[in-house]
Amino acid sequence: MVLEAFLIVAAALFCIGIYGLITSRNAVRVLMSIELMLNAVNLNLIAFSNYLDSVEIKGQVFSVFVITIAAAEAAVGLAIILSIYRSRDTVDMEQFNLLRW
Amino acid sequence: MNLGEGVEVVSLVILAALITGAAMGVVLLPNIVYSAFLLGLVFLSMSGMYLLLNADFVAAAQILIYVGAVNVLILFAIMLVNRAEPYQKVKGGMLRNLVTGVVCVSLFSLLTYTVTTIQWHTSYAIAALPSTIVVLAKHFFSDYLLPFELVSVLLLMALVGAIILARREFVPDAIAIGYPQEEALELLERPKLPVADRS
Repeated sequence: MVLEAFLIVAAALFCIGIYGLITSRNAVRVLMSIELMLNAVNLNLIAFSNYLDSVEIKGQVFSVFVITIAAAEAAVGLAIILSIYRSRDTVDMEQFNLLRW
Repeated sequence: MNLGEGVEVVSLVILAALITGAAMGVVLLPNIVYSAFLLGLVFLSMSGMYLLLNADFVAAAQILIYVGAVNVLILFAIMLVNRAEPYQKVKGGMLRNLVTGVVCVSLFSLLTYTVTTIQWHTSYAIAALPSTIVVLAKHFFSDYLLPFELVSVLLLMALVGAIILARREFVPDAIAIGYPQEEALELLERPKLPVADRS
């Protein structure tokens, strides 16, 4: 039970999240990848708070804040996807060019 | 190594394998419904990791918020927008996936190298708190009171904004024509617009 094992798992989860964020075509899958990355950050925070600051567990306080922000982000992101789907009739990321050109 | 440490190591290995495998499934599976259920598996395994790290309240919050709320929200969004559409081929799509994979693997190896070479000062013992809830509550209502209230207001604003974004706009001129009385209490929404011109 060492700190490094948790950090490596979090790094793997974060890299998988980045890969999904960039390569996904479906907009809902992009949101899922963002959730994966936020979970990796949470694992980092809690691992550090357990091994380096186990009396004042301030890392867990911040992980609760991150969980809250993630819930708000998921709600707003899915509402945006729903509203784009209503007007464009697709969830393909390659066709969301409203702000690109 | 006594029995407790052995159990911890075995559960850490199982949870790490579950997390990485299910996360790969979330990203790589073609069917997005399977991805959503595997995402729930990732969230559950993450709460197991939090239990291994003595964070019982955060583990419970993880199950309640992520599995109970976010995952269900994603499943509903999939049901609302899921339409089997063949994606058009993009120029250089395979090259882009390849480059992204190389970047992610190199980022992972860089992080692993950094984590394994740094000398972490974790020699002192981990304090055995009876429960983290008391400590967390003291933090929330003393030194982190302002961020706590701010994040509450932010969550409220995000939920109201999500409702505003997701519902179709109210139609004022439909009132003037006059609805029957039993429809007056319904949430009036604009009918579905024709598809916008796609470029």
